[in-house]
Amino acid sequence: MEQLFEFIKQYKKNKAAVAGFIVVVLLLLTAIFAPIVAPYSPDIQNLADRLIPPMWDAKGVSSHILGTDDFGRDLFSRIIFGSRISLMVGAISVGVSLSFGLVMGIVAAYFGGKTDLFIMRIVDIMLSIPAILLAIVIVSILGPSLFSAMTAIGIVGIPTYARIVRASVLAEREKEYVIASRINGSSNIRLMFAVILPNCASPIIVQATMGFASAVLEAAGLSFLGLGAQPPTPEWGAMLSDSLEFITTASWMIFYPGVAIFLTVLSFNLMGDGLMDVLDPKLKDK
Amino acid sequence: MFSYIVKRLLWTIPTLFGVTLLVFSMVHLTPGDPAAAILGDKANKQSIADLRAQMGLDKPLYMQYFIYIKNLSHGDFGKSANSDEEVMTEFMDRFPATVELSMVAMFFAIILGIGAGIVSAVKRYSIFDYGSMFGALAGVSMPVFWLGLVLIYFFSVRLEWLPVSGRLGYQFDIDHITGLYLVDSLLTDNIPAFWDALKHLILPAIALGTIPMAIIARMTRSSMIEVMKEEYIKTARAKGCSRFQVIFIHALRNAMMPVVTIIGLMLGSLFAGAILTETTFSWPGIGKWLVNAVYQRDFPVIQSTTLIIAIIFIIVNFIVDLLYAFINPKIRLS
Repeated sequence: MEQLFEFIKQYKKNKAAVAGFIVVVLLLLTAIFAPIVAPYSPDIQNLADRLIPPMWDAKGVSSHILGTDDFGRDLFSRIIFGSRISLMVGAISVGVSLSFGLVMGIVAAYFGGKTDLFIMRIVDIMLSIPAILLAIVIVSILGPSLFSAMTAIGIVGIPTYARIVRASVLAEREKEYVIASRINGSSNIRLMFAVILPNCASPIIVQATMGFASAVLEAAGLSFLGLGAQPPTPEWGAMLSDSLEFITTASWMIFYPGVAIFLTVLSFNLMGDGLMDVLDPKLKDK
Repeated sequence: MFSYIVKRLLWTIPTLFGVTLLVFSMVHLTPGDPAAAILGDKANKQSIADLRAQMGLDKPLYMQYFIYIKNLSHGDFGKSANSDEEVMTEFMDRFPATVELSMVAMFFAIILGIGAGIVSAVKRYSIFDYGSMFGALAGVSMPVFWLGLVLIYFFSVRLEWLPVSGRLGYQFDIDHITGLYLVDSLLTDNIPAFWDALKHLILPAIALGTIPMAIIARMTRSSMIEVMKEEYIKTARAKGCSRFQVIFIHALRNAMMPVVTIIGLMLGSLFAGAILTETTFSWPGIGKWLVNAVYQRDFPVIQSTTLIIAIIFIIVNFIVDLLYAFINPKIRLS
């Protein structure tokens, strides 16, 4: 408990990180209560109300705060529901990267030798292809969809986690508490996951937070390219892709989904920065 | 140094092998029959069987891989399923556009990134420092394609200062020498075309260069702060060197090592940005071509482009490692 208070005290020193945390909490609440917060369903089309500008514009109406799109759908409602998709993509992609990366990293570092060499070779091969290119390859295998995008982003993230976990486990492996536990008769599985892993948590938590931000960004990018979420899913990147042809006539369509992506990614990055300050100050400025 | 180069070179072999295996297995990992997927729903059984034979899909898997590697070693990257053109020819037609965009973006990123990093480090904890470091974090969080759209809206649609998309105005024609329009127009003394090509480049280059710029700025700042604490900086000051001399001659040169490395390693993120930027600005480069290939399930194009880019990436990483070892004796001696 005392540790938690100390953690909060340290974290609060970084004002930007606190702001990031608040936005993340708001985002989470928005996603959970989307049907209550959003005035309309994200998919309801009303062609009579198409391309209405935001309410502060002379031609805007108060019933559509951020205006409507080319199908007369309420932009504000679509952005609200989009938060669900972005958070889901972030959580699932990070989950996939983390679980595989964790196992690969810990096994490589713990057993060393040929196992380490083999696993790290796979990691090197994956890192030798630019992330988005590897993601595109995976999407082209699975076919464009939100599921494919999440899977692709998850797989692409594995090597980063594997490397971080491996480095931390290598630093812990020969410490006295590990040797003591081994002498006490702990099995390899117990040593890896119950003894060593909890002591490697800090860099993993920091990377997962930052990884969440980049997963949201990458998913929006793939959807923008038409390789992720498909219409009419209210995904922010896909919404921006739809807005391309309206850049001269309905500029509001290009602003707000982008602001949503930017704020989400920035908040997670700020939070990650704050966590790094507290949990792993050595990593700072690297 | 020689043994380091040989060792490092040998390490690239399994990586290259792994990449070819990954690219080769792509077609086989796709659910369903790849030949049927390429030909679409309307294809009859005979045409599917013909294409299977043409693609060598009727042979055992190891034979297929062997043939694939044999063809690659002869520089045969296959034909586009869509246009029936040699993939390598199509790739080379588009590659200069991506290279030109990436180079101009990197130039912009290096100049502004290093500049902002130096000022932040020298004026630490000033408003400028906070501003530029927040700007750097914002830059990393910015979706490249959105930044591109916003730039188009303000500078092309509202202010009408710069063109919306493309690489060159239709009224201009440039003789292709290197494929880089800025270079070719200067070589042929075609100044109006040079200005037009430059105008087309400004917005995509800013969009693409923003993330690298943010990373370079952060890296330069932290590296400069480290170096400024060193004894030799104090010595330089004590000797009576001017502030300018201390910062630019004594500190910057030593602070550049990690920055140079990160610039080399950013090629991957630059390419990722290029795919998105090219789509936003209808830039006729590799990125846009690749995305179209995915829509059309043109596997030969996706496979070869992935392979060629991975090879370029491996070579660049190799060169960066060598440069790093060259600058830093600790690496090559370890």
